[in-house]
Amino acid sequence: MKFGVLVFPGSNCDRDVVLVTRDLLKQPTRMVWHQETDISDLDVVVIPGGFSYGDYLRCGAISRFSPAMQATMAHAEQGKLVLGICNGFQVLTESGLLPGALVRNRDLHFICDRVPVRVERTDLPWTQAYQPQQVVTLPIAHGEGCYYADPRILRELQANQQILFRYCTSSGEVTADANPNGSLGNIAGICNRQGNVVGMMPHPERASDPTLGYTDGLALFQGVLKSLALQGATA
Amino acid sequence: MHLGIVTQTYQAKIYVTLRPSVLDPAGTAVQTGFKQLGYDNVGPIRIGKYIELTVSADDEAAASQQVDRMCDQLLANPVIENYRFDLQVALVAGAAA
Repeated sequence: MKFGVLVFPGSNCDRDVVLVTRDLLKQPTRMVWHQETDISDLDVVVIPGGFSYGDYLRCGAISRFSPAMQATMAHAEQGKLVLGICNGFQVLTESGLLPGALVRNRDLHFICDRVPVRVERTDLPWTQAYQPQQVVTLPIAHGEGCYYADPRILRELQANQQILFRYCTSSGEVTADANPNGSLGNIAGICNRQGNVVGMMPHPERASDPTLGYTDGLALFQGVLKSLALQGATA
Repeated sequence: MHLGIVTQTYQAKIYVTLRPSVLDPAGTAVQTGFKQLGYDNVGPIRIGKYIELTVSADDEAAASQQVDRMCDQLLANPVIENYRFDLQVALVAGAAA
């Protein structure tokens, strides 16, 4: 299973993702420079965190037009897997691959913390290694992570089970107090209608290496491996 | 005497504002700042972006159409922002006032 990690000027979590997929999970992984146009060798594209193009204009607004993102959009249209983490989530909403937008945190602060998140759906490649309603602890680090969508889109997300992660208390209750950034519905991560494109503000790649003390993010990548292995077995 | 189509330079002044339904915590923070300065008569504040650019086009309608598309594609995110712009013939540098 081949992973590709997009690298924009200003990406800074690209190597963290490579550390997980190449070093921890022993999967072939390559970094994809933003000017590249051919990514047909990849099974999974990860858009990492950081400040692509300096976050100029809006977070993710300019990355969206890069050649590598155009190729990623074609990759997604073929039903292949795409994961956007933090800035990558912002790029996915700007590009229209995911609905809604990410705006300034409610309290204006850049938040760097570890927060409990509830897994809302476990029948997708990305989340199948988690238990339904499992509460996991993941790092967040963002200034613009407040998820916004108009009421119609929110109803659609709910109806189509596109909400994958919500900020919650340590016992799994989704409350206003457990919402770090003001996201509507405590939304921390969503997928597209088909379920192959996922965007999330928390950083699973920073909670995968046991050396760092937290490993709740690793199951996300393990889930993908499991589903790709199954696909390979039936192909 | 027949003159060909002359391309004209237009200046666009573009205003991008948050849609009313989107919270603007930065605006609220600035409003609080004014309160601390003693201005207790200042209402809600919304902070947006102001962008200037020039385009050359055959006529104003073509320029307007292009700027509108540019706003929609990149300068504003329609999910959270509205935009409007003014267009005028750009003054050529060095021309008599």
